[in-house]
Amino acid sequence: MLLGLSFGVLARPVMGSVATIVISTIVFAGSAQFAALAVLSAGGGAAAAIVAGMLLNLRFVPMGIAIAPSLRAGPLGRALRGQALVDASWALANRGGGHFDIEFLLGSTLAQYPAWVGGTVLGVLAGGLIGNPRAFGLDAIFPAFFLGLLVAELRRPDARPMAALGGLLALVLIPLTPPGVPIIAAAAAVFVVAGWRR
Amino acid sequence: MAPVTTAVWITVAGLCVTTAAIKAFGPLVFGGRDLPSFLARAIPLLAPALLAALVVTETVGGTGRALVLDARLGGVAVAGFAIWRRWPLAVVVLCAAATTALLRAV
Repeated sequence: MLLGLSFGVLARPVMGSVATIVISTIVFAGSAQFAALAVLSAGGGAAAAIVAGMLLNLRFVPMGIAIAPSLRAGPLGRALRGQALVDASWALANRGGGHFDIEFLLGSTLAQYPAWVGGTVLGVLAGGLIGNPRAFGLDAIFPAFFLGLLVAELRRPDARPMAALGGLLALVLIPLTPPGVPIIAAAAAVFVVAGWRR
Repeated sequence: MAPVTTAVWITVAGLCVTTAAIKAFGPLVFGGRDLPSFLARAIPLLAPALLAALVVTETVGGTGRALVLDARLGGVAVAGFAIWRRWPLAVVVLCAAATTALLRAV
């Protein structure tokens, strides 16, 4: 809700009211929308904005592979359920050991969707009154949320070296690569390690 | 400077199509069959690596290629304390936002 509000406030002057609400309604991928917005507001073109958004969305490839064994449905049903992938739902539906509660994933995304779209609409309407959403510390919500879920993961000993690897790799790559790449690199490193330890 | 309207709508359409395709990929290609053994080993380890990378990028990442050290660090530190004290996740998140807002206000 609050993050949708931030997006609405920040995007309206750049994209216009209608496109801001439409993108939240049909794309529904917060970080990709913020990335595309950053490119557009810096004067970049559509191609650069789409690539920036895609880079951030690519992490849904490993997340989608991770939930694949938990999906019990035909190809179309699986592809549709994949649309419910968003960071928070994926992380909350994680039951450890590679198992995911798909019902929970769908439910938490269904709960977040109206909040995200409604927040965007509110942000577009109330933009001038709110000012900068960062003043309310809203950008600290995501790292705190992910940290809470990470600590729960760390109870399993084999998760600890992977967490250290993913975190360090992200830290090293942030100054060197465009946003989005550090997260994908962390996922890629897991596949490399798992392939190498046979 | 506001970009031209066409560029905005091409971005909206492009992101819509690519996001749907990317989200469908894993479930479509790897669902409904036995996984190659290295994937089966990798999957349980993806969550900790991805979550750690998300914590780092959301704490010190920005819109460009640079580490951004700002008030979020204080918010995440307080969140760490709240998690250690086993406070509920909603409280953890609120503590982080409140701390960050306070640090920015002073």
